[in-house]
Amino acid sequence: MSAHLDTSHPTPVIEAESVVVRFSGDSGDGMQLTGIQFSDTTALLGNDLSTFPDYPSEIRAPGGTIAGVSGFQVNFGSREVFTPGDAYDVLVAMNAAALKVELPRLKPGGILIANTAGFDRRSLELAQYPDGVNPLEDGSLDGFTLHKIDISKLTKEALTDSGLSAKEVERSKNMFVLGLLFWLFDKSTEPSIQFLREKFAKHPELAEANVRVIQSGWNYGENAEIFPSRYRVRPATLPAGTYRSITGNQAIAIGLITAAERSGLPLFLGSYPITPATDILQELSRYKANGVKTFQAEDEIAGICAAIGAAYAGSLAATTTSGPGMALKTEAAGLATMLELPLVIVNVQRGGPSTGLPTKTEQADLLMAMYGRHGEAPLPVLAAASPSDCFSMAYEACRLAVEHMTPVVLLSDGYIANGAEPWRIPSEESLQPIRFEFLHQPNGPDGELRPYHRDERGVRPWIKPGTKGLEHRIGGLEKQSETGNVSYEALNHEIMVRQRAEKVERIAQNIPPATLDSGADKAHVLVLGWGSTYGSIKTAVRELLSEGCDVAHVHLRYLNPFPANLGALLAGYEQILVPEMNTGQLLQLIRAKYLVPAVGFSKIQGQPFTTGELKNRILEMLNS
Amino acid sequence: MQVALDEREVKLSPKDFVSGQEVKWCPGCGDYSILKQVQTIFPDLGIPKENFVFISGIGCSSRFTYYMDTYGMHSIHGRAVAIASGVKMANPELSVWVISGDGDSLSIGGNHFIHALRKNFDLNYLMFNNRIYSLTKGQYSPTSERGKVTKTTPFGSIEEPFNPLSLALGANAAFVARTLDRDPKHMQGVLRRAHEFKGAAFVEVLQNCPIFNDGAFFAFSDKNTKNEEAIFLQHGQPLVFGNNAEKGILLDGLTPRVVRLGEDGISASNLWIHDEQDKTKAFLLAHLDEIAAEGEHMPEPFGIIYARERLPYEELMEQQMRAIEARSGRIPLAKILAGNRTWTI
Repeated sequence: MSAHLDTSHPTPVIEAESVVVRFSGDSGDGMQLTGIQFSDTTALLGNDLSTFPDYPSEIRAPGGTIAGVSGFQVNFGSREVFTPGDAYDVLVAMNAAALKVELPRLKPGGILIANTAGFDRRSLELAQYPDGVNPLEDGSLDGFTLHKIDISKLTKEALTDSGLSAKEVERSKNMFVLGLLFWLFDKSTEPSIQFLREKFAKHPELAEANVRVIQSGWNYGENAEIFPSRYRVRPATLPAGTYRSITGNQAIAIGLITAAERSGLPLFLGSYPITPATDILQELSRYKANGVKTFQAEDEIAGICAAIGAAYAGSLAATTTSGPGMALKTEAAGLATMLELPLVIVNVQRGGPSTGLPTKTEQADLLMAMYGRHGEAPLPVLAAASPSDCFSMAYEACRLAVEHMTPVVLLSDGYIANGAEPWRIPSEESLQPIRFEFLHQPNGPDGELRPYHRDERGVRPWIKPGTKGLEHRIGGLEKQSETGNVSYEALNHEIMVRQRAEKVERIAQNIPPATLDSGADKAHVLVLGWGSTYGSIKTAVRELLSEGCDVAHVHLRYLNPFPANLGALLAGYEQILVPEMNTGQLLQLIRAKYLVPAVGFSKIQGQPFTTGELKNRILEMLNS
Repeated sequence: MQVALDEREVKLSPKDFVSGQEVKWCPGCGDYSILKQVQTIFPDLGIPKENFVFISGIGCSSRFTYYMDTYGMHSIHGRAVAIASGVKMANPELSVWVISGDGDSLSIGGNHFIHALRKNFDLNYLMFNNRIYSLTKGQYSPTSERGKVTKTTPFGSIEEPFNPLSLALGANAAFVARTLDRDPKHMQGVLRRAHEFKGAAFVEVLQNCPIFNDGAFFAFSDKNTKNEEAIFLQHGQPLVFGNNAEKGILLDGLTPRVVRLGEDGISASNLWIHDEQDKTKAFLLAHLDEIAAEGEHMPEPFGIIYARERLPYEELMEQQMRAIEARSGRIPLAKILAGNRTWTI
C-alpha cells in the first residue's frame, strides 16, 4: 500500500495503488461471505482484483482452534491484479487462532484489526499461546498498526431489541467487519445491503438486522476516531467493456452452457459431489429452463458413464470431478477413448494422493490426465490459467471434443476454482463456432455404413441412435478399422492404436499457437507455466522486466497436444524454468518431447506460489 | 455392415434383428435362446428398428449386443445400466435394453444396479443369471449357492448368495420378473410385459451355462420335475402347481403352506391369489422356499413377481424442465454470461 495523503476528509484519505486484505476467523465466523461481499463491491466499483478463499476441509472444525481457521484474501488495485498478493496490508483476526496462523504474512506496519472477544483465556489456550500470554497486550504487535475492537460486543449493542436470538446476533458480527472495512476503504455499503435484502427476502427481520450491523460497523469507523486515516484505491484502467466477477467453477459451468447454446447441442452433466468441483454441478443445476440436464449420479463412475451414454445419444456431455474421482473414472475414460465419442472431463485438482488436502490446491494430476488410462489411450488435455480463463478453456474443451470426437480433459484446480476476478464478458459473436454434423446417410462405398471411417483429420462420424438405417454396434473391444466390427487381428490393432493417437496429434492444427505472455522471443530465462500459476508468474516476470531483467513468460493452456510452434518458441531461450505445484510434471513432458534442459521449481504445500518466491528463483537463474 | 432398404412399408421380421456377426457362445449355451426370443418378439413391438438400443456390460451375456442388428454398445464391466441411464435421459424416445449377467450386475456393478432400479429409468434390464463367472472360466458369482465348488472355491463357497428378486425389490424396483432360457414361450411373454412396462423392468433370466454350471436350472424345465419345482405366476390367479395342478400355496399369516386341492375342503379360492401390485407378497414370493414352514419344500416362482408403475426418472426430469421453462422462460445466453451484477468500464 503506497501513495499520497488527502486531508480534505475528516479522517484523511490515503490514495493507494493496491491493497491486500485478509479476513480470517473461525470456520463458523462467516469470513468467506464477508470476503466475497467485500470483493464484489470492490469489483463493482471498478478495481481489478484477485481473491483467494482458503478454508479447512472440515465444515466446522473444533471452534477456536488453529485447524478451524478460515481465511479469505483479496488483492484489489487501481492497476491490473493477477494474484491475491504475497503479504497482507490489512488483517482482520476474529480470534487468537486466526492471528496465530496469519500474522507471519502481515506486512511490517500493516493494519491489524483484532476482535478482542476472540482473545479471551479459552481462545488463547485453543490457539496454543503459552499460559498468560495475550499478544494483544504484551507489546509483541508493536510493529503493526493494531486496532483492538470488541466486535462481538458492538454487534450485540447494535442489535439490542432486534428480537434476534443470541446465536443469530453472534453470527452477524462478520457484517460489522464488512461495514468497518467499507468505511476504511471509502466504499459504498449499498451493494451489500441490496444483496442482504435479496438473500433474506423471506426473513426481512434478519435482513434489516444485518443491514443495521453493517451500518454500525461503518459508523464505528467514522466516529471512534481510532483510525488515523482511510484508504482509497481508484478504479483500475481495464479494457473497456462490461465486467462481472467470476470464480473458476462458475466460469466452467458457464463455458459449458455457452458451448451448448452455440453448438445447438443439449448439455448433459453426469457428476458426483466432490470438493472442490461440486460448485460446477450446483451451478449447472440452475439452468433447467435452458434444457441443461444435470444428473447427480450414485458415484463417480456412474457420473462419467451416464455422460458417455448421453454423448452416444447425441448430447454435449461432461463430467466434473477432482483427483479421487478422476481415478475412479479412468476406466470409463478409456472406453470413451476407444468408442471415440465427445466428452468433457473436468478435473478440479486438489492436494493428493488419496483424500490428501481436499480444500487445498495442487497441480499434481497432469501426468494422470496424460497417461492415467490402461493401454495406449491418448486424449487432449487443456488447462485453465485463471478464474476467468476457465470459461474459455471449458468452451475450448467442448469445441475440441465435438470437432474431434474424443474425450478431452480440462484441468483446473482449487485455487482458481474458488478464487474470483473481474471478467470482461465476451460477446457471443466473438466465440469460435463449434463445427460438427451428425451422420444421416451411409458413408461407405456401396451404401455401407462405416462407423469408423475417418475424415482427413482422422475423425470418425457421430451417429445418433434413432437415425434410420444406420444401426450399428460399438464397444470397448478393439474394432476393425472402418467397419468398427470386433477385430482381434494383430496388424489391425496397431493400425487402430496409431489412428487414435494421430487423431489427437492432429488437434495441434486446430488450436492457437503458443504465444509470449510477457517479455521477448529471445531471452536469458523463459518461465514456462501452465494452469493456475499464471497470475503469480505473470506478476513476477512483469516486475522483473520492469527492473530490467532479461526474462520472458509463456503460459500453456494446451498440454496435449502441445501447440505446434512450442518447440521453435522454446529454442529462443538460454534457460527454461518450469514452476509447478507438483514435483515437476510438465517439466518431464517438456524435457521428453523437446529435449531441452528445462529446470523445475516445485511448491507442494497446498498453497499457490507467491510472487516473491518466483522472483527469487528466477533471479537465481538469471545470475547463474 | 449392409444397411437395410427403406423399411417404412416393410413389416419387420426376426431376421431384421440378426446382425450377421458370428455368434460365439458355446454350443448349448442358454444365451442362444434369449437372443432368439428377443429377435422373435421385436418385430411386432411397434418400435421403429432404429429406436432400439442395447447396452451391455462385460461377460458372456454382454456379447449379446453384437448379435442384434440395432444400435448397441458393448461397454465395460458392471457399468451398462449407468451408460444406459445417460442414453435414456438424453433421448427418452429410445427403447433401451440393458444386457448383463449375475457377476456384472450384482458384483462389480452392484451400485449401479440398485440405483438404476430406484431411480426408475424407463428401460428393460435383462440379467442372465447362470450363477457362475463363465467368461473367466468358472469362478463363483454373487448368486452361486453356498458350498459351490469352483476354481476359486475349491473347498466350497462360504458366501451367502444374493437373491436377485429380493435385491431388486429392496432397491425399490417398479417391475421385477423371472423367466428361464428353456421356456421360450414364457420368456417371450415376460419380455413383452417388460417392454410394455413404463419404468425400469428388471427380468432375471435363469440361464444354463453348459460348461461351468451345467444343469443348474434343469429342474425348472425338465418335464419330470418342472411342474413340481416351478410355479408360474399369473396376476389374479391362485398359486397352483404340481403335475396335475393338484397343489396350491396358501398363506398362513406370513408363512406359505403347500396344500392339496380338494383335501380338507380346500379349493382354489382358499389359495394365495397372485397380485402383481402387492409388494409385501412380492417379497414373500422372492423368498418362498426360504420362509416355508420347516420340512416343507416350495417351488420357485416364475413370471411377474411385482409390477407397479410410477413415473420414470427421465420423464420427471423432462417435466421439471418444462415446468421451469414455462414459469421463468429460457435464460438468454447474454444473461447467463452477465450473471447478477455487472459493471461497465
